[in-house]
Amino acid sequence: MTATSGKLMKGATGDWEVVIGMEIHAQVTSKSKLFSGASTAFGGDPNSHVSLVDVAMPGMLPVINEECVRQAVRTGLGLNAKINLRSVFDRKNYFYPDLPQGYQISQYKDPIVGEGEVTVELDGGKTATIGIERLHLEQDPGKMLHDQSPSLSYIDYNRCGVALMEIVSKPDIRDAEQAKAYVTKLRSILRYLGTCDGDMEKGSLRADVNVSVRKPGGPLGTRCEIKNINSISFIGQAVEAEARRQIEIIEDGGTIEQETRRFDPDKGETRSMRSKEEAHDYRYFPDPDLLPLEFDQAFVDALKAALPELPDQKKARFIADFGLSPYDASVLVAERESAAFYESVLEALSDRGRDGKLAANWVINELFGRLNKEGRDIASSPVSSAQLAAIVALIGEGTISGKIAKDLFEIVWSEGGDPRELVESRGMKQVTDLGAIEKVVDEIIAANPDKVAQAKAKPQLAGWFVGQVMKSSGGKANPQAVNDLLKSKLGI
Amino acid sequence: MTDLTSLTLAEARKGLASKTFTSLELTDAHLKAMEEARALNAFVMETPDQARAMAREADARIGKGEAGPLAGIPLGIKDLFATKDVRTTACSKILGNFVPTYESTVTSQLWRDGAVMLGKLNNDEFAMGSSNETSCFGPVGNPWRREGSNTTLVPGGSSGGSASAVAALLCMGATATDTGGSIRQPAAFTATVGIKPTYGRCSRWGIVAFASSLDQAGPIARSTRDAAILLRSMAGHDPKDTTSVDIPVPDYEAAIGRSVKGMKIGIPREYRLDGMPAEIEKLWSDGADWLKAAGAELVEVSLPHTKYALPAYYIVAPAEASSNLARYDGVRYGLRVSGKSIGELYENTRAEGFGPEVRRRVMIGTYVLSAGYYDAYYIRAQKVRTLIKRDFEDCFAKGVNAILTPATPSAAFGIGEKGGADPVEMYLNDIFTVTVNMAGLPGIAVPAGKDSQGLPLGLQLIGRPFDEETLFSLGEVIEQAAGRFTPVRWW
Repeated sequence: MTATSGKLMKGATGDWEVVIGMEIHAQVTSKSKLFSGASTAFGGDPNSHVSLVDVAMPGMLPVINEECVRQAVRTGLGLNAKINLRSVFDRKNYFYPDLPQGYQISQYKDPIVGEGEVTVELDGGKTATIGIERLHLEQDPGKMLHDQSPSLSYIDYNRCGVALMEIVSKPDIRDAEQAKAYVTKLRSILRYLGTCDGDMEKGSLRADVNVSVRKPGGPLGTRCEIKNINSISFIGQAVEAEARRQIEIIEDGGTIEQETRRFDPDKGETRSMRSKEEAHDYRYFPDPDLLPLEFDQAFVDALKAALPELPDQKKARFIADFGLSPYDASVLVAERESAAFYESVLEALSDRGRDGKLAANWVINELFGRLNKEGRDIASSPVSSAQLAAIVALIGEGTISGKIAKDLFEIVWSEGGDPRELVESRGMKQVTDLGAIEKVVDEIIAANPDKVAQAKAKPQLAGWFVGQVMKSSGGKANPQAVNDLLKSKLGI
Repeated sequence: MTDLTSLTLAEARKGLASKTFTSLELTDAHLKAMEEARALNAFVMETPDQARAMAREADARIGKGEAGPLAGIPLGIKDLFATKDVRTTACSKILGNFVPTYESTVTSQLWRDGAVMLGKLNNDEFAMGSSNETSCFGPVGNPWRREGSNTTLVPGGSSGGSASAVAALLCMGATATDTGGSIRQPAAFTATVGIKPTYGRCSRWGIVAFASSLDQAGPIARSTRDAAILLRSMAGHDPKDTTSVDIPVPDYEAAIGRSVKGMKIGIPREYRLDGMPAEIEKLWSDGADWLKAAGAELVEVSLPHTKYALPAYYIVAPAEASSNLARYDGVRYGLRVSGKSIGELYENTRAEGFGPEVRRRVMIGTYVLSAGYYDAYYIRAQKVRTLIKRDFEDCFAKGVNAILTPATPSAAFGIGEKGGADPVEMYLNDIFTVTVNMAGLPGIAVPAGKDSQGLPLGLQLIGRPFDEETLFSLGEVIEQAAGRFTPVRWW
């Protein structure tokens, strides 16, 4: 697989290509922790969701939570990845107060999920395929609280032992846009699967980004890892800032030191955390408290059969069944909730073949546009899917024009009500009575002889007449009928 | 009334059932013996109030006819087992006054069956040692002395407190753990019976870990039958320990006295060490003769990778230990020695909290797992382990029911006599026992004779996986032939 080329960065010595690989830590959606029965609920009082195992009391032993295994396998399937029927838990040894055991139980040589791939959407309808190297299960550490006392640090072990999936990409990402698109797509897949809530603010999804630069087509440069970035836009900023930093160093005759860095969003720069020399020797070895994790193909097949439709499949279906543009289809499937809303609009339409595409336009342009403007999400939309479907159907069947539909949408948004009844009660129906329209057309032609002459010379100017007719009919005249009549009356 | 402490567990069980004496009387007799034997330093914590309360409870149950299999039997518990509300230290300063809020699975099964806890028994710090000299509570005295000598000898280790207390009649039986010989070697040094069951037979949950892939709990008892009775209560599947095995626990006691006729007993030629003392040779051949007399067939077998077992063991066990002991960091429980930074807190706490032998093994373990050495040490040791396991499998595949070896290369030695200059001298104590842990097999040590200085010696029988019953049957044959050995009280 070859990477999709990205935006090159300009330097003093010419163009530079950025090479990016990512490690995403995604907290697994499960009721209890990876190796203990303690709750994973977010936001409890400090140290209220902690078992004896989580804080490594003497003699405590880990027991694998099968639900976390299922979630990892489901995620692997969602990433079109190889599922390993046998995987091994290893201990990653290091000392830190948020790690009570003195080691993190992780998977090193034999992860539960192997190679896979993700297709991401880029601007202008382009796509890129990003390879997945592996996915493994591991424990989340606890949380250090340094702001509770001037002289002491506190530790909250609620998060300690919650299952994480570390999803490692291949170094297939080529610019900030691809990096952001990758995380966006990954988060979308995780949410569709229900295997991670993808909430970056709460830390459910965190990214470590490896960045290096090289002359296009040249050998790979030395990479630096930017740890723990917790928003998609910061990922873009961090990539740009780090690539820029590396280019400047190299162009000034320096060399890049492999190191771990941190992104400071306030200053928009990355800062060194620790050098390669300071890197830990984690002394990985198989955890003797846990047998290798083994399951059979039937277990995988059953999970596969029960997978929900994922964004790529949904997108393809929307395009094939309703003639949506790839862009519109991508917008609709990007979030599970948006896709679900669109699908319930479809559900409520009597003629999906006719109105499916129109419904997509309305969901994307009118509804999402309006929601965005007001900073609301789909769950709190004042216009229901049934109401929107009714508006779309009214257009589709020719009862109202698109213009009137916008007014109707506005009424439904702010006042509510059944669109069909509103159209009746407020007299918004489109006028299709040719005699009535003809009367208006004749009046306008008669009152504007100069415009008639201009239009005869330059047929594009007939649009002015259309506007006048629509205006005087209160927007209710059927635009097609107006057009036809004008053409014949003006002889153009 | 005869001295209640001199009974075997099986005899005491009969006396309690027939109401010849009460559990409270039996318990008090042992508490008194414990008090008088403090010179042995076998107990690091006596729990007389709890013992009497449990004894009364047992008496009430016996009265109601609801007695469990161990109702009213006073036991000692190795300090490696977490006991709810009772200080548990693994005999390390680093655990300080740690009091668990939980009870280990093995001990909770003993209490479920009605046993009475007398207190916590001394052991080598974190079970690392073969003489009980590494305990932060000081060494344990062996109730046995050389004839005509006042030198206090070690009881072996790491379950030295368990062996000493059982041999000195301070408790009717004791829990112990065995990672490389820590049940069988002290049993051999004190003329008691100790069995390390198959890996996975007893739950490790709630036992302070030394080397997870090798650790296994088992009893030290006054007779083979007593060991069988205790193991039945200790063993069993535990969902909290995923390395424990879900197969039914047989009635081990029923194997006592079962015929061993026609059984094939392997004598491994590689265990015949250069310079092996003649009395160990004699003990071994006596054992073989007794089994033969009971109808077993003796065959020479080969376990060709035996000589690599000890070096491989001293890579695998410290490697796991270095990781298992990382949790003792002064942050959440136990000893904390402050410092100017978190790094200093770790260093100060661990330097102060761990004794020299534990520090040595943590360093060895850290070294063998570190980048650049992992393949050369840890991976090779794991390969050796596979080969050792295969040696035994080949042997059993040829129809061998059990393997007979000496339990130790010598009898008990004096406190401070061994390992001072060279720790390997101490490690060699486990030469006959570590292979069994490396292969995950059951092994029993039974008293079989005395050396020229009057010190007890033991034989070891190694069985097929989960075939502890055969070991009990064979152990009983040796016990019947060799007789029982009781030390002369000097404390």
